Amino acid sequence: MTTTLSTDTVDVDGEGFLTNPEQWNEQIAETIAAENGIAELTDRHWLVVRFMRERFLGTGTAPSIRSLGKESGVPIKELYQLFPEGPAKLAAKIGGIPKPKGCI
Amino acid sequence: MSRKQIVILGGGTGGTMTANRLRRRFGPDEAEIHVVDRDDRHVYQPGLLFVPFGLTSLDEIVRPRRRQLHDGVIFHEAEVAWVELDREEVVLLDGDVIPYDVLVVASGVRLQPEETEGLDGPGWNDRVFTFYTPEGADALRGALERFDGGRLVVNLVDMPIKCPVAPLEFVFLADWTLRERGIRARTELVYATPLDGAFTKPVASQHLAGLLAEKEIELVTEFNAGEVDGVGGKLGSYDGRELDFDLLVTVPLHGGSAYLERTPGMADSLGFVPTDKKTLQTTVKSNVFALGDATDLPTSKAGSVTHFEAEILSENIGRYFAGRELERGFDGHANCFIETGFHKALLIDFNYETEPLPGHFPSAFGLPLLRESRLNHLGKLAFQWVYWHALLPGRELPGIGPAMPARGKKTLPVPS
Ligand SMILES: Cc1cc2nc3c(=O)[nH]c(=O)nc-3n(C[C@H](O)[C@H](O)[C@H](O)COP(=O)(O)OP(=O)(O)OC[C@H]3O[C@@H](n4cnc5c(N)ncnc54)[C@H](O)[C@@H]3O)c2cc1C
Repeated sequence: MTTTLSTDTVDVDGEGFLTNPEQWNEQIAETIAAENGIAELTDRHWLVVRFMRERFLGTGTAPSIRSLGKESGVPIKELYQLFPEGPAKLAAKIGGIPKPKGCI
Repeated sequence: MSRKQIVILGGGTGGTMTANRLRRRFGPDEAEIHVVDRDDRHVYQPGLLFVPFGLTSLDEIVRPRRRQLHDGVIFHEAEVAWVELDREEVVLLDGDVIPYDVLVVASGVRLQPEETEGLDGPGWNDRVFTFYTPEGADALRGALERFDGGRLVVNLVDMPIKCPVAPLEFVFLADWTLRERGIRARTELVYATPLDGAFTKPVASQHLAGLLAEKEIELVTEFNAGEVDGVGGKLGSYDGRELDFDLLVTVPLHGGSAYLERTPGMADSLGFVPTDKKTLQTTVKSNVFALGDATDLPTSKAGSVTHFEAEILSENIGRYFAGRELERGFDGHANCFIETGFHKALLIDFNYETEPLPGHFPSAFGLPLLRESRLNHLGKLAFQWVYWHALLPGRELPGIGPAMPARGKKTLPVPS
């Protein structure tokens, strides 16, 4: 399935996660953020979004909330203030990477 | 070959199986095998689930570690302090040093209740319990005996945890035993999980959510526990939700053993050892291998997984010494019984690629998969005997190899 975000057409899954991270750009990030109740992406938001994205592109998996808290340096409490709907999921969505798979 | 020294850190499920398999593989003049563990109490951990309900006791599930190790395996009762990777030495807390040619990490997980605000504070072992330790399971038995109705909340703080089905089994058994005692009607049972369903894998998750509903157990999903008030009886999530409880049964956060964090480059940020998915050689150093709960592998942390790994690990240590290419044989195979109460259980079987599916194990005439049955419950009970007498000694189980069997399974379209 595809959808149009700002002026770009991108491939997304049923929940709106980009399935092709290469189609992502910063404007798309802002559009997805706004659609999910984050009117403005602050520097702290960007730090987390970039961290998630780089980690995914580097290793093929996105970190869980726990590793995100330990490795990004942003404490879990603050992560929830930044992304109230669930930091790992929402930062992944905004960062244009697939929905994080839970551990097994 | 010249005589090699193999040192295994941890004398639990994985360490014991590996030591015994290697003892059989190498003659006494080929290899010296050492196992280090901090105590001499080998716990049959699946039994911990039954302790709180008085269905077994610690006496029945704890045995001396030494007695599970074959003759000729050298056991050290000591705490590992750290590893000198370059000097190829293990440093023990008592100051001793053990050199190695090959190191095997089998140190399982460390429970970290202190990482969740208030969890091990006031109320711990009074209204807040875990059955993941022998002492905790025993204390919870007392609390359940005294329990006379109210709100019982079962929560796993976050993945990964060992035996991810155990908290579900706990709530099923609680439902059953409270019904037998006639106090289920005045008890609210709640299962709160950080996952977006009852379990991690879609088909099994649907089956299990159905069972929860049938048994009138409330399922609360995407609940990331952030703080606990053990006196006031409140469990709070990071996103501001609150669950009241009279009794909280928790599975605390899991991390790797502390010595791994004291050894630079040996563990990821949660303390797990980066390990090759197929060969079980770590990416830390070519002479360091790992198995069981201590690895970062994307499969369940379970005894069954550890058992399948032990077979491939011992083969690969042989190949490593012989300078041969390692076998890329591990497929993530896991196999778990799920107790559902009323003398019944479910069985699930899966690997890295295939999620748990209905059908039969290990072939069309075996145990029913993903369906409650008495036979599975008997299988789960028989497993303790198999553990002490076949798995730990490192014997092969007829018909059950490390690779996941596909025959007997019904393939289904995976729901997205
Ligand atoms: C309640 C419960 C129910 C379970 N049910 C099932 C089930 O039904 N089926 C199933 O397959 N699995 C089950 N499991 C999981 C199973 O028990 C584990 O996955 C398995 O024991 C892992 O083996 P391991 O060798 O990696 O770790 P362990 O068996 O835990 O051994 C690790 C050892 O390392 C030692 N150690 C750690 N650090 C140090 C140190 N610094 N110095 C010295 N020694 C150290 C520890 O003392 C310990 O003995 C269950 C677990 C629990 C808690």
